[in-house]
Amino acid sequence: MQNGISIQKHDGVHVPILAEPIDEVMLGERALSFTRRSIKKQSKLAAIYKCIEMIDLTTLEGADTIGKVRQLCSKARFPVTAEFSEELSHYKNFKAVPTVAAVCVYPAMVATAKEALAGTKIRVASVATAFPAGQILLETRLRDVRDAVSAGADEIDMVINRGAFLTGDYQTVYDEIVQVKEVCGDTHLKVILETGELATCDNVRLASEIAMQAGADFIKTSTGKVSPAATMPVTLIMLQAILDFYERTGKIIGMKPAGGIRNAKQAIHYLCMVNEVMGPRWLTPELFRFGASSLLNDLLKQVYKQITGRYAYEKSFSLD
Amino acid sequence: MAGLNSTKLHVAKTIKLYISGAFPRTESGRSFPVYLFNSKKIYAHLCRASRKDLRNAVAAAKSAQAGWCGRSAYNRSQILYRMAEMMEGKRNEFIEIFVQTLGYSSAEANDVVEQAIDALVYYAGFADKFQQLIGAVNPVSGPHHNFTTPEAVGVVALICAEKFDFSRFVGQIAAITCSGNSTVVLLAQDGAAVLAPLAEVFATSDLPGGVINLLSGFAEELAPHLAGHMEIDSICLARNDENMRAAVKEDAVFNLKRIVDNPANELSLAQILQFVEYKTVWHPIGF
Repeated sequence: MQNGISIQKHDGVHVPILAEPIDEVMLGERALSFTRRSIKKQSKLAAIYKCIEMIDLTTLEGADTIGKVRQLCSKARFPVTAEFSEELSHYKNFKAVPTVAAVCVYPAMVATAKEALAGTKIRVASVATAFPAGQILLETRLRDVRDAVSAGADEIDMVINRGAFLTGDYQTVYDEIVQVKEVCGDTHLKVILETGELATCDNVRLASEIAMQAGADFIKTSTGKVSPAATMPVTLIMLQAILDFYERTGKIIGMKPAGGIRNAKQAIHYLCMVNEVMGPRWLTPELFRFGASSLLNDLLKQVYKQITGRYAYEKSFSLD
Repeated sequence: MAGLNSTKLHVAKTIKLYISGAFPRTESGRSFPVYLFNSKKIYAHLCRASRKDLRNAVAAAKSAQAGWCGRSAYNRSQILYRMAEMMEGKRNEFIEIFVQTLGYSSAEANDVVEQAIDALVYYAGFADKFQQLIGAVNPVSGPHHNFTTPEAVGVVALICAEKFDFSRFVGQIAAITCSGNSTVVLLAQDGAAVLAPLAEVFATSDLPGGVINLLSGFAEELAPHLAGHMEIDSICLARNDENMRAAVKEDAVFNLKRIVDNPANELSLAQILQFVEYKTVWHPIGF
């Protein structure tokens, strides 16, 4: 247990960071138990639709172009083609495929994404703070956030200062998140812990607490650039931290596992976990997101399978 | 208590599936017995593949196909020839299965294995030659070179005949794969015990995992899922069941699968050509 850890708020008050010790063996067992739920037929279809609504459709590559971001936005608006919907509309259990929650891009692409998504409810999320490493001067990271916000980002995904965290300088981690939050203003802030670099489960829990105390609206597992990215056990730690924080403070924090969730089966396991740990209240795009790119196509394939009974053709869907 | 040298303890084998180069049990946990010939004694238990095993096999075949097709034809030829070599090494194991479960005489069983090895060698030889025999430079009116070359169809499902015919279905697998297709094979129920040594032949021949996937199970249960699967590009239907044929043809229309109906039991170039499609390229040569 991380005893005696506290951070000093800007008003000078010291706040203890409550970090429960994690039993890794039982954590793994419990996380595994959520993969053994039997979700079939209409429930499965409903879960798949729910997963689609919760996706932050992401492209974060050095090779991103304006054209690629526009294509991704188009996919966010219209996950399936008109021909696909027409084919499925003849089946009695067909329901229109929903749009995703958000499109997640680099700050330089925010304006492009905003323009492409104008008139829709789809939000534009931007990574910032020198994503993914964050190893750059604070002022530059804050500038990065400012630029993304002024370009119109609805949500900011920041990375924590892992260097400071791993040297035990939790106050710096906290202060930086607070400063990013100030720059964000009303823009939603997701704090990426990059759990693959935090080494221990106790550290994940501790980092979750610090992020929530500092004003995160969401906590997010990973950048997707480090392996392992999102896993069920790590997400479970963070969900439990959110729940404990809610019970202590009444503040509701969202959760975003990102990276490594590639198929519908995995995504439904996550939904089961959220439902059983947090309750159905968290099963909304406002409080739970998947950071993913290839997941959407697998979900669409499963929609096709559930509705028609036939396994889908991969090339029925665009690659990006 | 049975000692180490005891011959009394008989442990019936449970033969697993062959998917993506691995030997998984069926996810369904189901099995069916194969009996010794004219006996109620169980020779082995076989996995009864489910719809999900089939799905996994198709996914494996799909992901392996591009790489297999991308290999040089010469390399595919080498690998098919290697299969023949490995089958030769397991000759006695195959013979024992045919004698014990199908009631073949040793000589008959030996002939069958011989024919299967011949089939592998035959199609190994054709793997880097059929393109030259079938491809063409076409005479066209205009300043173009015009080529036609055969290419693999993609993922081919093979539903074996009701009556087990080893050399025939090995020949069909070789004819399908030599041109760069990958395949999901649903074995005939009565001879399905051969899956074990046959999968071992494939697994030890430098064949990339997923190119050939072997399933044991009930064709009546799995054929509709094969027929409806949009990632399967062609079905080789060697069964004579009229109802199944009609149902498969009906379901296959959704992605315009090519159905090779009741393929001939022969070694020939024509067998390969049932599983290729033709690409014609116009190349400008100027005036």
